[in-house]
Amino acid sequence: MSIEETISRRTGSGKNDLSVPPLTEDDLLEMYRTMVLSRTLDERVWLLNRQGKAAIVASAQGHEGAQVGAVKASDPSRDHYLIYYRELCTMMALGVTPTEMLLGFLAKEGEPMSSARQFPLHGSMDRVDIVSFSNVVATQLPHAVGFALADQMRGIDAVTIAYFGDGAASMGDTHESMNFAGIHKLPVVFFCENNRYAISVPLSKQMAIDSVADRAEGYGMPGVTVDGMDPVAVYEAMYLAIANARNGGGPTLVEARVERFYPHTSDDDHTRYRSADDIETMTQRDPIEIMEQLLVSRDLLGEARKEQIWDSATRIVNEATQAAEDAPLPQPTGDNDIYKHLYADSNGN
Amino acid sequence: MPEINIRDALQMGHHEALENDPDVLIMGEDIGAYGGAYSVTAGLLDEFGPERVRDTPISEAAFVGAGIGAAVGGLKPIVEYMNLNFALLAFDQMINIGASLRYMSGGQVSVPIVYRAPTGGGIQLAATHSRSYENWLAAIPGMKVVAPSTPADALGLLRSSLLDPDPVLMVEHVLMYQQKGFVPDEHFIVPIGLADIKRPGSDLTIVSYHHAMVTAMEVADKLAARDVSAEVIDLRTLRPLDMPTVITSVKKTNRVLLLEENLKTGGIMGEIAAQIQENAFDFLDGPVVRVGAEDVPHPYNRGLEQSMIPSADKAIAAVSAAYGI
Ligand SMILES: Cc1ncc(C[n+]2csc(CCOP(=O)(O)OP(=O)(O)O)c2C)c(N)n1
Repeated sequence: MSIEETISRRTGSGKNDLSVPPLTEDDLLEMYRTMVLSRTLDERVWLLNRQGKAAIVASAQGHEGAQVGAVKASDPSRDHYLIYYRELCTMMALGVTPTEMLLGFLAKEGEPMSSARQFPLHGSMDRVDIVSFSNVVATQLPHAVGFALADQMRGIDAVTIAYFGDGAASMGDTHESMNFAGIHKLPVVFFCENNRYAISVPLSKQMAIDSVADRAEGYGMPGVTVDGMDPVAVYEAMYLAIANARNGGGPTLVEARVERFYPHTSDDDHTRYRSADDIETMTQRDPIEIMEQLLVSRDLLGEARKEQIWDSATRIVNEATQAAEDAPLPQPTGDNDIYKHLYADSNGN
Repeated sequence: MPEINIRDALQMGHHEALENDPDVLIMGEDIGAYGGAYSVTAGLLDEFGPERVRDTPISEAAFVGAGIGAAVGGLKPIVEYMNLNFALLAFDQMINIGASLRYMSGGQVSVPIVYRAPTGGGIQLAATHSRSYENWLAAIPGMKVVAPSTPADALGLLRSSLLDPDPVLMVEHVLMYQQKGFVPDEHFIVPIGLADIKRPGSDLTIVSYHHAMVTAMEVADKLAARDVSAEVIDLRTLRPLDMPTVITSVKKTNRVLLLEENLKTGGIMGEIAAQIQENAFDFLDGPVVRVGAEDVPHPYNRGLEQSMIPSADKAIAAVSAAYGI
């Protein structure tokens, strides 16, 4: 069954007219630029980690296609993004700047997500409607359900996207959230980036089934699996899911099959638990290359333009690195002391 | 035996437990091929297989609840949390059930489970991975909580925990796995509920535990340079508390510094301060001095985080202010 059929049949929304607007040339190029920028920045933060400047880093490499496709399918002017730590490319796609990201990784003054109080990649950023409260796995899913509930009750036309990994699918929070969203037909899309590993634990030890999307049936929502290495395929699936939620059709579970190219975080060494074979085959498909092939086949990308896009990303990341390294460290005393932000009233005790 | 570190001592303790008792089972996240977040279970999968060294799904409520069930059902489970903060997801199981079952079944049901968890701040993991809740669990009747600060204590307390018929939580400070020390060659245990005088002294009692013990020793060294002799007591067990050791020392020195890295408000030292004034009020030369972390969630930035964790200088300043020494 096609993804269209799955979504419209399962929700009974009868919206067989759900159709996906084709991506324009500009869209495709923009998605490519975002992925290249994310990859370049991702490499840089690993370098900064190895230099002892960034305490911990989680990589989005291998997930970029899924992330850029999902954002493209949404409407950043009104939708909400409840992300987890592996969302560098999602953040780039939503317009977080490399300088802002690096201020986070280096825990500098002026860091916009958390004022250097929370792990990099976490916190909250109103400007782009990103919320990522915690790195305790799956805690964002109940929040996403609450965001959708608030929108539904206040008659606000917005969809919430809840991002999570395959390991997070094992948490009680995930089950409870999906059940709640299914009952109340909430405008939320559960977006699972399945990279087959939760740190060292393979999918077969997280669940007895092959596909997270198979769970959807039990929550009364459609579930679809999509090739997460293909940005356009993810765009199409997510577009349908989001459109269905906007039309009152309720939640959908979309599972994007991706690969985690790097170890879990900079504290990990995946050769301890992934076979050499597995490591080699997993990088054979790269979402950036898949996008390049598409652009080339459409005559949108030649060698010169490709070089220009990569060079420009390097320049942007170099400038951002400089800016972040130059930024001061937050001081524990004075105006921004460690008690600031504990309560609305800073003298809150 | 040459000096070994706390990680090695714990690894040995797990190894011998698996070897000596077929009912021992270790469960937790990434404890198999990965060897555990802090490598405590490294190598055990190869030797004892995936059934007894079992990687769980990311499902704290399920694997803690299953651990309790398995303990009641006849096994001797060791459940490793990747971090004590994730225990929050299973507090109902630990508190309402694990710690209460014996009492609430009129003594019929034993829950011989051992929980282990890294805890503590100082490594820039921010609040959700750095907070300590051992004081909360030590407030629960039916729980036992141990917190070793040396390799010998880690091994001796793990052995006692495994012999205990009731649930025991061992907290392991993330900054202490590399802490070295001598471990006796001959078999020994460290009884649960017994504090240890790590350094004798006559002018001031310092009560501490876990990584704050490192700071406590630094305080004692610095005070020694000023001719103040400090006695340093390592609690080792947070429930049941060894108050006789503390009270005897306070009656001797007449001054006391209670030092912990946990948040000062609600920390274990509040309870100890209350018991000291109940039992040794007339022996005190001044107020009980209590030093703990600032009352904020651990900030990610290193400088901010360090500024919330109590330093030796801060502790010494507090002692000087109270006792003029
Ligand atoms: C409740 C909880 N348990 C354990 C952890 C430790 N932990 C952090 S990330 C992670 C694996 C998550 O895997 P997955 O959801 O598949 O996402 P991925 O990192 O693969 O993108 C684990 C076990 C945690 N953060 N929260």
